[in-house]
Amino acid sequence: MQAQHGTTSADRQQVDGFPPGESAQTLRGYYRQMSLVRAFELRASEMYQRAKVGGYCHLNLGEEATVVGLMAALAPRDYLFTSYRDHGYALARGLEAGPVMAELFGKSTGVSSGRGGSMHLFDTGRRMLGGYGIVGGQIPPATGAALALTYRGGPGPEAEAVMCLLGDGATNIGAFHESLNLAALWRLPIVYVIVNNGMGMGTPVDKASAEPDLYKRGCSYRMAGERVDGDDVLAVRDAARAALDRARTERRPGLLEAVSYRLRGHSVVDPARYRSKEETERLRTLDPVPAFRLRLLETGILDEDEARRIDEQAEEVVDAAVAFADGSPDPHPGQLFEHAYATPVPNAPYQLPGDPVVAS
Amino acid sequence: MTEISYRQALHDTLRSELLRDESVFLIGEEIGVFEGSYKITAGLLTEFGPTRVRDTPICEEGFVGAAVGAAMLGMRPVVEIMTINFSLLAIDQIVNHGAKMHAMFGGQVSVPMVIRTPGGGGQQLAATHSQNLEVWYAHVPGMKVVAPATPADAKALLTAAIRDDDPVLVLENLALYNTKGEVPDGELVGEIGRAAVVKPGTDLTVIAYSRATVIALDVARQLEADGVSVEVVDLRSLRPLDRETICASVRKTSRAVVLEDDWLSYGVGAEIAATVQEGAFDYLDAPVRRVAAAEVPLPYAKPLELAALPDAADLVKVIGEVLDATRFAR
Repeated sequence: MQAQHGTTSADRQQVDGFPPGESAQTLRGYYRQMSLVRAFELRASEMYQRAKVGGYCHLNLGEEATVVGLMAALAPRDYLFTSYRDHGYALARGLEAGPVMAELFGKSTGVSSGRGGSMHLFDTGRRMLGGYGIVGGQIPPATGAALALTYRGGPGPEAEAVMCLLGDGATNIGAFHESLNLAALWRLPIVYVIVNNGMGMGTPVDKASAEPDLYKRGCSYRMAGERVDGDDVLAVRDAARAALDRARTERRPGLLEAVSYRLRGHSVVDPARYRSKEETERLRTLDPVPAFRLRLLETGILDEDEARRIDEQAEEVVDAAVAFADGSPDPHPGQLFEHAYATPVPNAPYQLPGDPVVAS
Repeated sequence: MTEISYRQALHDTLRSELLRDESVFLIGEEIGVFEGSYKITAGLLTEFGPTRVRDTPICEEGFVGAAVGAAMLGMRPVVEIMTINFSLLAIDQIVNHGAKMHAMFGGQVSVPMVIRTPGGGGQQLAATHSQNLEVWYAHVPGMKVVAPATPADAKALLTAAIRDDDPVLVLENLALYNTKGEVPDGELVGEIGRAAVVKPGTDLTVIAYSRATVIALDVARQLEADGVSVEVVDLRSLRPLDRETICASVRKTSRAVVLEDDWLSYGVGAEIAATVQEGAFDYLDAPVRRVAAAEVPLPYAKPLELAALPDAADLVKVIGEVLDATRFAR
């Protein structure tokens, strides 16, 4: 499913209960994406518990409005770097659900050919330049991608830009600060988005960051910072779009903080016992997916049948994704060294365990 | 052929690659206005301007990671890390990112980045500025690591590194920058992954790389006068390692000594020794010996520094011991 980029004039009839300029079709599209991300993540969790998915598996549950809003702001020509919590972004960026699920399953048809898994989704064509498993590891390369763009052409409304997503926990690492400094110093076309879901694994933001207003952390670099309600898909989209525009046209990097709540543990295996029952209940009431659904129902953009159909279609897409992944071949051990080097090199060590290192 | 210094060879190669390919740019601390801590980039800012020769703040993780990202989009950044000691600030970006991306993302992206950095002690720079950490990178799949010993190899291997689509660490050496040698004029592209027999011999093989190769050649010439024929294998490439050339030499000479500037335990020599015992076991007349740095944080005081670093006398002594052990008649 491709994110919708901008609206045409035909779309721009007034929709009651929403800001001017929102078309019903666009809003329904956002809900369709949020519903898909929700369905995909719940199924990923189930597949993990059924041991179809290995390793770590971090879900976007509770962050769907942020996911869809950010991807709606991003143009196809822009580049995206994300943290390891990347499934929803990949889907909303337009990667097919089947190859994404196949990557989680470790299949050769996966978006990274089964080499990366859940944390390392990648698609050159969609300019999704990776989920990254090391906290904040994507921040310097994303900054470098923005640097590369400055060699391609000048600023302007049609210029390319980079969006770099990171979690709240990543704002405490050195690479975050080094990268923001470089981006500001060199005026790079990049927007850093802190997806603040309230918790770095089990540590709340105010126990990890001496400045818990994370959007202010760019001030040392004179970088504009803004906080937005991450449960509001339109607010997220508009703030991201404005920041991307500044990056494109003025080469001013930006820092955006989208605040939402992680509805589950850090990863599938984390029961989140550090949260009280009351807190868990409270977070459920903030769940952005039913909230947006209700808003669309109340404003008459969807009726109950249409909403149900969208949810069913999401399930169907996910069913098909699981079937695709399940039916896909495993990578063959003979392919182990296939991507060892981009430029072939003599004497590359392609021994399997126990193989002799020198031909006798 | 022109006789130039190792420093000049590096400089000239950077210049010709900047001229040849617009996607090449240099990035690092003090490489522009200051012209490089070791003056490798002297004059290049003036000639190519601040976007092709990009000064950075002091932030190794930031600018090495930025080079990784720029390389992902098709640029060919040549990073200067002032010394290999400071690469530890950037190791996450080198090892966890640059070296992983091509394989981990299923071959969809490559990282044509070069890291130039000098190692080596002997300059009284004390423990934190005198290390030989190349084996840390040579250990990592996805990396390529080359270690030129001569000005000609500096040109050949740096050119190859810049034109390669994988991350390549080019190990330079503080003590080599002023050394001189004949360098072929015109284009010279070396081959990563190949060692070379730089002096043929029949009695014993010394395997070395970078500064140690220069010492090994001196020792070999010196011993020639005593009637001992030493073959010198210059590794040139630490990853991939050309095990075949090493073993072929030792099968011929039956004796092997490794000379290396890094620490002994788990060092390059350990890998060579393991390779030789596996690939030339039946040919060996004596155990493989290693001449490596003493395992201490390198002290500042000159007598202590000299004691810790391997030198020609250490190599001569060990060669003598290996020959004596096999009743070699001189």
